[in-house]
Amino acid sequence: MSQDHIRRQIVGRGIPLPGHDIDTDRIMPARYLKSVTFQGLEGHVFEDDRRQASDHPFNHPRYHGASILVVGRNFGSGSSREHAPEGLRRWGIRGLVGESFAEIFIGNCIALGLPCLTLAPEDVTWLMEAVARNPEQEIVLHVEHRVVTFGDRTIPARLADAHHHQLVTGTWNATGALLEAGEAIERVARKLPYISGY
Amino acid sequence: MSYGDHSITTRSSGFDRHSRKASDTPVDWLRAAPQCVIIAAIMAKALLDKVWDAHTVRTLPSGQTQLFFGLHLIHEVTSPQAFQMLREMGLRVRFPERTFATIDHIVPTASQVRPFRDALAEEMTAHLVSNCKEFGVPLFDLDSGRQGIVHIIGPELGLTQPGMTIACGDSHTSTHGALGALAFGIGTSQVRDVLATQCLGMDRPKLRQIRVVGSLARGVYAKDVILAIIHWLGVKGGVGYAYEYAGSAIQAMSMEERLTICNMSIEGGARVGYVNPDATTFAYLRGRPFAPQGAAFDRAVTWWTSMATDPDATFDDVFHLNAESIEPMVTWGINPGQSVGVGEPIPHPAEAPETDRAAWAEALAFMSFEPGRPIVGTPIDVAFIGSCTNARLSDLRAAAEVARGRKVARGLRALVVPGSQAVAKAAEAEGLHEIFQAAGFDWRKAGCSLCLGMNEDKLTGREICASSSNRNFKGRQGSPTGRTLLMSPTMVAAAAIAGEVTDVREWLR
Repeated sequence: MSQDHIRRQIVGRGIPLPGHDIDTDRIMPARYLKSVTFQGLEGHVFEDDRRQASDHPFNHPRYHGASILVVGRNFGSGSSREHAPEGLRRWGIRGLVGESFAEIFIGNCIALGLPCLTLAPEDVTWLMEAVARNPEQEIVLHVEHRVVTFGDRTIPARLADAHHHQLVTGTWNATGALLEAGEAIERVARKLPYISGY
Repeated sequence: MSYGDHSITTRSSGFDRHSRKASDTPVDWLRAAPQCVIIAAIMAKALLDKVWDAHTVRTLPSGQTQLFFGLHLIHEVTSPQAFQMLREMGLRVRFPERTFATIDHIVPTASQVRPFRDALAEEMTAHLVSNCKEFGVPLFDLDSGRQGIVHIIGPELGLTQPGMTIACGDSHTSTHGALGALAFGIGTSQVRDVLATQCLGMDRPKLRQIRVVGSLARGVYAKDVILAIIHWLGVKGGVGYAYEYAGSAIQAMSMEERLTICNMSIEGGARVGYVNPDATTFAYLRGRPFAPQGAAFDRAVTWWTSMATDPDATFDDVFHLNAESIEPMVTWGINPGQSVGVGEPIPHPAEAPETDRAAWAEALAFMSFEPGRPIVGTPIDVAFIGSCTNARLSDLRAAAEVARGRKVARGLRALVVPGSQAVAKAAEAEGLHEIFQAAGFDWRKAGCSLCLGMNEDKLTGREICASSSNRNFKGRQGSPTGRTLLMSPTMVAAAAIAGEVTDVREWLR
């Protein structure tokens, strides 16, 4: 764990992205996965959607510098490509708030230290509209207390206990914690019939 | 919907299914309790629980389970950054003998002579080869005779076995559950963690049993069953769940059909899907290169059998589907849940649940499809038979039966891409490639091909592709505005010949 990994609270301007079931092929088109590094992915986030819709939020100057992405239902479905949240992170996103997230995507976000908070559908709708009206107003993701504030409104949010723990203690890079199990890993392996030769 | 007959039931047992562990229950209380049925339910465990418990290393400070993974499959796209992170941390691969690599996503399928024409594909391949060499990981390379799509070769080589935990940096890892394994798709940071520790921190999913009973009609395949399941349960219905596929229709399926079903669990939101191991599973595994041999195989069968879900096990909920009511399915939209039976019209957004109306309208606008029009007769430009969903020998045999003695429609591009070198070899031994070639299909080499836009096989412009793959997302097949209609391999073969979506059942009479 390190101090700069602690994610108790994320503060930043919002960028609302309406729509449901936005899959990771749309977040990061597959042709940009043809690289052995993640460098430059920030330039390709939502590239095809942005080309087909000039009013896409990621094209809009009013959202430049935003760091909290507000999304709908089942965001990040489909491919397990970490290039999608990695691209968002490199673009400047530091936290996500939405109606719901796909399971592999949320795991990838946590592994990058990006909190994903879930709100009631009507609260997501309200927040998207409020941010669109006032993009200069900062959103506060109170990760530790599981609430989101915007102006004078406080909205209850959900965050799985394990993710909450990893974010507020700065242990979302899981390698260290997994290594601490030491030889217990080999002991479990040796007991498995398919490893011991049945 | 004409293929109705479905329902979902929730069994409220008054306690959390996950807290039920036999070891948690005082034995004296068990003996004294008069409700024998309840005792049986408490003692009974599902495969999910048995495999989970057998692989549990410890509880992590976060509360998650540190779960050991018995098999780690890697490929060229999601592993290079993970190897680099490992190098930066000064770590080795903890269990190189439990890790296997192949190359599939970026490999060209026309000519696989290296160096590839695509410099980026060549660079990724070279990195995989050197990473595997540096870290001691076996690689099924292009000259091995064993290369292919990672989810085809795992079962085919007998690497995938019942009772295992499996991880792979690809969402379609759920495929391997067909053999009774718990197989999780993961991202690159998690690939790093499995390389370094052979473990991940995980929350145990809830469990939904999907019972499909009855017989499938002629011309209806496993692909149609899973598309129907996703149609009814939705693309996010399975988030947080493992799907256990059961019932007479699933039991009657071959291993290859079960692989197709489990493959698309993730398209329904479920990261994991599995079928309990049975005689079909054991017969499939016998004699495969990495399966146990001789007396060890018989001992393995005993253990595999013991890992299957107990008859009295309970589920968080159960979804019932009547196989006889399923038609050949075709997607009309931009996610795999947006589908209709081939005899039905493209639906109108007004028919959608209120929360889906905008999404349906967006999908129809992207597809330029008119609601109310039959899906049959939709003209297509490209036909693709392949992918980890439907590129096994039985898929190619079924499609070849439709293609035999017929011709692909004029001006239409049609390709058949076997899922592995072994599938290609077996198909060629039967002469399937000649049937396809005579009909005007391209016969390609093994790879992911046109399932995703990462190699030379791509849609261009607004082309419409009849595809046996798994995703109809916007831009999925390599053209940002290209359109995908998901269907079974025989439906694709029939569409290729007709030049439009057609009901394959009429071709099989």
